[in-house]
Amino acid sequence: MVASTPSKKLFSVTLRVWRQANPDQPGKFVDYPAHNVSPDMSFLELLDVVNDGLTVSNAEPIAFAHDCREGICGTCSCTINGKPHGPGKGVATCQVYMRSFQAGDVIVVEPFRATAFPIIKDLVTERSAFDKIQQAGGFISARTGAAPDANSILVSKADADLAMDAAACIGCGACVAACKNASAMLFVAAKVSHLGLMPQGQPERDRRVLAMVQTMDEAGFGNCTNQYECSAVCPKNITHDFIARLNRDYVGALFRSKLQPVSTSAGGGA
Amino acid sequence: MNILGSLFNSSIGKKFLMALTGLVLFGFVTGHLLGNLQIFLPPQKINAYGHMLESLGAGLWLVRLFLLACVLIHVWVAIQLTRENSAARPVNYGVDHTNRASLASRVMARTGLVVLAFLIYHLLDFTLRVQHPEWSQRSFALADGTLVRDVHTMMVQGFSRPGVALFYILAVGLLSYHLAHGVVSLVQTLGFKNERWTRGLECFARVYCWGYFLLNAAIPLAILGGWVKAHV
Repeated sequence: MVASTPSKKLFSVTLRVWRQANPDQPGKFVDYPAHNVSPDMSFLELLDVVNDGLTVSNAEPIAFAHDCREGICGTCSCTINGKPHGPGKGVATCQVYMRSFQAGDVIVVEPFRATAFPIIKDLVTERSAFDKIQQAGGFISARTGAAPDANSILVSKADADLAMDAAACIGCGACVAACKNASAMLFVAAKVSHLGLMPQGQPERDRRVLAMVQTMDEAGFGNCTNQYECSAVCPKNITHDFIARLNRDYVGALFRSKLQPVSTSAGGGA
Repeated sequence: MNILGSLFNSSIGKKFLMALTGLVLFGFVTGHLLGNLQIFLPPQKINAYGHMLESLGAGLWLVRLFLLACVLIHVWVAIQLTRENSAARPVNYGVDHTNRASLASRVMARTGLVVLAFLIYHLLDFTLRVQHPEWSQRSFALADGTLVRDVHTMMVQGFSRPGVALFYILAVGLLSYHLAHGVVSLVQTLGFKNERWTRGLECFARVYCWGYFLLNAAIPLAILGGWVKAHV
């Protein structure tokens, strides 16, 4: 199917793909045999090749989400053999190569499954619930100034490193897809911690965590049961320690928001 | 919305309530076990201990009501959370794959329900003594002559019924399994867990759960095996 060196042995697999024409129709698995598969092909390239064949035979190609194909955009979103982003650790679907599979394998490809991520078509899901959570609090209002100003606000190396770990989240939704309860806690924990660890993130820290968790709850995600399926599939290896941090942050913010005195002249000019 | 309302209505709030009530109940079952182990001492020890608890009067009832409230909140919130979780994933994957969720963590509702059923039976049997009203009589004289309930005989007679002993061993076994996930999980939910000491915490949970099961199971086994005998 693709150019390969003679030393690379080509093989055949069967793709068992979830096909669903639109959100309202029931879906089903359909088998697609794929021959002459090079171990160097990426998994998405194999889908491309299968789709070429479907197009030539006037069949509807498999719809799947993809964009950068280098593991940084978070668009690709297949569940491969029951595991979001397929075999491998710390990789997105686009970074899965066919050498991860054996000749004769039946590879089951499904969309992410969660009420909050409704299926649009085949393997494509609507993940705008994450955008809504981000809009609820995933921002800062502090003026960060120009580059020299950044040096005037000191950030400890430990905090900077931890914030960068959280900021690595690409919002792909694999945490939700892997969670037995379709919980978005790892995503929200990463976003809340990323800004909450920075001095610039402090003014909105309490409002942020309360608003983002409320939006998460309203979107129909499940609840965390501390099984850590999420961090096991995260393409950026974000740790579930951030979930503990989120829990602590949330409860603290909740108590502060209810118990702190409020200015009687709130809203007025000074 | 007030604080309690917010706790009962948000996902993390509900988890927080699960963890807090779980922590209280974890403390209770630990203390309860330590008290029960006095069955291996002369009868006046556990009978005096029982009398001491019962003579707390209103204080005992406050503790009992607090524990009952914890159980009710723990169960009520668990039902809410479980329902929400099923609604969040109505369609399952064609391939069921688990990365690292422990079996204990996946059967929390089932182990919890058996423990709840046992709890109800246990309260009817030993606290309300519906089957054996004679267990309520003050028939045991302490060293100072005070007549108190004979808790020792109640336990020996209670666990001499093999069916009850078996149900008890099953329940404490499943409770240990429930705690195997619960003890570690509650620390995460309360927000204090991180990778730096997770291994130590998991090690503690494993030792605790095995210890809890074996020490609890030792009581009916010792009675059935004749090592702990009725003193009258």
